[in-house]
Amino acid sequence: MLNSLFILNTSGDVILEKHWKSVIHRSICDYFFDAQKRASSPEDVPPVISTPHHYLVSVYHNQVYFVAVTTLEAPPLMVIEFLHRVVDTFKEYFDECSDSSIKDNYVIVFELLDEMLDNGFPLATESNILQELIKPPNFFRNISNQVTGKTNVSETLPTGQLSNIPWRRAGVKYTNNESYFDVVEEIDAIIDKQGSTVFSEIQGYIDCCCKLSGMPDLTMTFMNPRLLDDVSFHPCVRFKRWENERLLSFVPPDGNFRLLSYHIGSQSMVAIPMYVRHSIVLKDGTGGKIDLTVGPKQSMGKILEDVIVEVPMPKSVQNCNLSASQGKYSFDPTTKVLTWDVGKIELGKPPTLRGSVSVNTTAGAGSVEQPTINVRFKINQLAVSGLKVNRLDMYGEKYKPFKGVKYLTKAGRFQIRT
Amino acid sequence: MTDSKYFTTTKKGEIFELKTELNSEKKEKKREAVKKVIASMTVGKDVSALFPDVVNCMQTDNLELKKLVYLYLMNYAKSQPDLAIMAVNTFVKDCEDPNPLIRALAVRTMGCIRVDKITEYLCEPLRKCLKDEDPYVRNTPAVCVAKLYDINAALVEDQGFLEQLKDLLSDSNPMVVANAVAALTEINETSSRPLIEMNTQTVNKLLTALNECTEWGQVFILDSLANYEPKDEREAQNICERITPRLAHANAAVVLSTVKVLMKLIDILPRDSDFIAQLIKKLAPPMVTLLSAEPEIQYVALRNINLIVQKRPDILKQEMKVFFVKYNDPIYVKMEKLDIMIRLAHQANIAQVLSELKEYATEVDVDFVRKSVRAIGRCAIKVEQSAERCVSTLLDLIQTKVNYVVQEAVVVIKDIFRKYPNKYESIISTLCENLDTLDEPEARASMIWIIGEYAERIDNADELLESFVEGFHDENTQVQLQLLTSVVKLFLKRPADTQELVQRVLSLATQDSDNPDLRDRGYIYWRLLSADPAAAKDVVLAEKPLISEETDLLEPSLLDELVCHIGSLASVYHKPPSTFVEAAVPLRKTLPKSTVGGSEEPSLIGGTSMPSTQQTTVIPSQDSLIADLLSLDLTPHPSGGNSHQPYAQSAFSSGLDDLLGLGSDGLLGDSHGASGLGGTASPPSVGFGGGVQPMVGMAGAGALPFGAPTLPMGGMGGMGGMGGGDIGGIGGLGDIFGGITPAAGSGYAAPKQIWLEAARSKGTELQGTFLRRSGQIVMDMTFTNRAMQALSGFAIQFNSNSFGLAPAQPLQVRPLPPNQSADAALPCKTDGPVQKMEPLTNLQVRIHFYSHFRFMECRNSL
Repeated sequence: MLNSLFILNTSGDVILEKHWKSVIHRSICDYFFDAQKRASSPEDVPPVISTPHHYLVSVYHNQVYFVAVTTLEAPPLMVIEFLHRVVDTFKEYFDECSDSSIKDNYVIVFELLDEMLDNGFPLATESNILQELIKPPNFFRNISNQVTGKTNVSETLPTGQLSNIPWRRAGVKYTNNESYFDVVEEIDAIIDKQGSTVFSEIQGYIDCCCKLSGMPDLTMTFMNPRLLDDVSFHPCVRFKRWENERLLSFVPPDGNFRLLSYHIGSQSMVAIPMYVRHSIVLKDGTGGKIDLTVGPKQSMGKILEDVIVEVPMPKSVQNCNLSASQGKYSFDPTTKVLTWDVGKIELGKPPTLRGSVSVNTTAGAGSVEQPTINVRFKINQLAVSGLKVNRLDMYGEKYKPFKGVKYLTKAGRFQIRT
Repeated sequence: MTDSKYFTTTKKGEIFELKTELNSEKKEKKREAVKKVIASMTVGKDVSALFPDVVNCMQTDNLELKKLVYLYLMNYAKSQPDLAIMAVNTFVKDCEDPNPLIRALAVRTMGCIRVDKITEYLCEPLRKCLKDEDPYVRNTPAVCVAKLYDINAALVEDQGFLEQLKDLLSDSNPMVVANAVAALTEINETSSRPLIEMNTQTVNKLLTALNECTEWGQVFILDSLANYEPKDEREAQNICERITPRLAHANAAVVLSTVKVLMKLIDILPRDSDFIAQLIKKLAPPMVTLLSAEPEIQYVALRNINLIVQKRPDILKQEMKVFFVKYNDPIYVKMEKLDIMIRLAHQANIAQVLSELKEYATEVDVDFVRKSVRAIGRCAIKVEQSAERCVSTLLDLIQTKVNYVVQEAVVVIKDIFRKYPNKYESIISTLCENLDTLDEPEARASMIWIIGEYAERIDNADELLESFVEGFHDENTQVQLQLLTSVVKLFLKRPADTQELVQRVLSLATQDSDNPDLRDRGYIYWRLLSADPAAAKDVVLAEKPLISEETDLLEPSLLDELVCHIGSLASVYHKPPSTFVEAAVPLRKTLPKSTVGGSEEPSLIGGTSMPSTQQTTVIPSQDSLIADLLSLDLTPHPSGGNSHQPYAQSAFSSGLDDLLGLGSDGLLGDSHGASGLGGTASPPSVGFGGGVQPMVGMAGAGALPFGAPTLPMGGMGGMGGMGGGDIGGIGGLGDIFGGITPAAGSGYAAPKQIWLEAARSKGTELQGTFLRRSGQIVMDMTFTNRAMQALSGFAIQFNSNSFGLAPAQPLQVRPLPPNQSADAALPCKTDGPVQKMEPLTNLQVRIHFYSHFRFMECRNSL
């Protein structure tokens, strides 16, 4: 499947290379760099590139490209999924997956890659198992290793790997047994000029943090499971019981994991919790005017928080001279992004941002293209779809765990056309 | 405390420093040193000089150190094979270690060391591990067999590892099963014969393992299930039921592989059953979910959805909105979404689609904007009811005066005019206003076409065209050709005031141009106009066929093949895997034929019901076909001498699959071809110049006529291979070359056919056939003059054709008085320019006589 992996950064250096079969020279990356040069931004490099003898499948994360090289027909999605898993693993080990964090941890990275893939086949990708094989670096462990001469590499076989629940290690022990569930819903929406919704959907997921001793067997029920008809489960969820009883029954992995993600499609109505009234007039030479007002709408009595409005201005915009009735605004003259950090929207007078814009004359004739407004916000204690956890029961262990459920709605890719 | 510290150097030199540290007594220091070595290795520094020192560190109880040394070994063993042998002992010892982790690690690493000497020692530990009691250890050698197969396939087969690997398919541990499947799949791709025999039993085992193994294992298992063809509906339905839960998996690769298997099995199930309806309902949501994943996943998903939508448009017809483009989507996602939007557009949602497309047409990215404008045009052509709306949208866009938008709009408006003639001419004036801004050839050509087509309604059409003619020589060929045609159209419509213009253009095209296409077209028009303006009118202003709705649909058989490869690279490139993956065995998949009579997909019939060839035959894609033809032409004669037999056979074995596919499709299909076979095959001894066995004889027959010593053999040897390769295929070919038997008379000669009718050619009738005389192809023609005056000055010219056929000498026909006939035999050679024709046997020949000019197609005869 995978022959080699190259980790590159955006400035065109090979940070690291690893080969699982015969060595492929790093000059293969030149094809990738060519594609990168053609792309207008780092994200725009096509994920599958063909070269005369190889195929390059890549993912982009935080200024770093992970480029996998294959020679044979391989499922590209599998490669991409695997590469994302590598990114996630690095994030977990080094807190962030970036150029510098990889450079700082060459040896662990190399060891990890060797554990994760054998002969191009994914081997151990569950973080629970990897962490048992290779301990994540941390300050205290480094110190104690220095003193005791121990290493980060485990000498014993990870227990979970071949059991029927490969995602959980055995012999977990906590003094405080607790489990937290975050029900998070992201609203993706496109709103047109007139303020009507062109498209909206909810991407929801339940992220868990389980710190439970032993082998707990959990069951979660919902008040309204009928909402969930398009779901993807963590492998731990017993699918049969979901199909028959509409409840989630699972032995959780230890630590953080995503229990399920769901999608509530464009066919059902999605409440749009905020509005943006806008008037953006940009004209060559004469400058332009901006007038933005944001306010809550259908927010079910909850308060909008952390509201940020972003307007990627056209290239010809030179500067903005605005005044905000609430929050702060900034304009980055290099990226041309106008950011208005509104903060919390209280009931009462809706916040506004008004003022003038100077537009460069040189850029062609006629009007300037209209920017799209991007909005971010958060609403605590609300799942906009109305999904509610009914109860959570634990079997298999004697202790009483602490259980917590939190709801959060936030903007995903929430765009308003002007 | 980071690894960057490993890169600090000292004065004495890095390597020396490391060497000392590696040989240090202190364990701690040793380990740090090895880490430094690994760190240098990862960034591509050459630290192979330290090989013996690192290998010395291998015998240790410390697992981390051991692992690091192993990592080093994998990288450098190849460059130091003699030293690598030092490591063998440790490996063998580690394979016996009580700790399963170490046993597995040792086998795993040994497999990665691609040195023959090490490989020899690998067999014994590998065999042991295959039977290890610990499943973790059993897991490793499965992959290891695949590694070994890659290095030394014969060894693996001799040692019986493949059998043992197959046994692992029945292992109790699902992980082991999954890895065995993965290994077998990989071996399958490089080996010549299929290794996994898929039967009900194996399938059941795989289905059981599917539920329990890791996500990656699931992908491997699903991919191999996709190769299985169930015996009957019940089995197919059972498989479907058991794999549908995988659609809810969080791993996109699992989801897409499941979709692949389901798409394949749906064709087996009885149509219109409830089960299918349910299944289709279940297929849509997971695909929609893929579109909310990372952009890279979205891209692959979209490429595949593009296939699925073509195959079964009903699955996603309700989901148009998820394909709406967000402004911060990467450009490659935007482009794919746009494609699918057009495919899903129909009457009910066209309003939405159009307003979206209009929105996109004002974005920043030029390529995306262009594609959006084009998409509007395609909507107009696809959904008739929306045409008017599309046209007004396009007009709005033209008003924006953004240069590339206007150009693109003009191009699509031309297509709309072709689809709905005489409907939207009112907008022509608006278009003409923008004439000056057009600077791209395609837009200019489109505009010129529009002016020519509607010349009678544009008052100043002559002025407009004249302005283009001014700079005739600076234009692109495309524009020149179009200009020529349009001016002729204009002349035919308004002959009074445009004679001067047309003469100017014709002389520009014929006398001042180096471009043969342009010159030829110029001459055609010129002669046409001077000979018979009325006929010219019929020809030039003839009704044009309407353009089809869907312009870029994949060919059905290719689509079927690609559906079997959903989720693979083939599906991303929309090309059959055989055309681009190296070393892949040309093992082609196609959708299974339904077992239920009458429920067969109509599109499948063309692909699979051909009686002749192996069941995997599909119509090859056109480019691959011509590519193969050409590559054959270039093949040097292997034996140099006159032994056609080995050559023909080698040509055959060198992968004429595509040609054979062609034989079964294009030629064999018609019964006429079959009778041709009878004609050639019955007198074998004469017909094949003493050929001995039918196979060889055929090959010889194909090759011999071109074996005239002066001719390079390559091209026609290829033909011989083509004829000889497939007895069934000869039927069709019989018409071409088989028909050209020696003039002894006992051979088959096709009767002359009328190639050119008198009515169409100002009184010249031409009959002809192809035959072979003393090893040369001869075009035997009879000219009959049915006109009132004598004809003379015959000349012949062949257009590029599939066989490179060209006249070997000038045509010699005596001047022909009225109502008389003359026979002419024209020897042909086959080293002319080769160009693939559609159909393959099409040959276009021009005949000049009496300064008139005819263009005829000798299609039937070939």
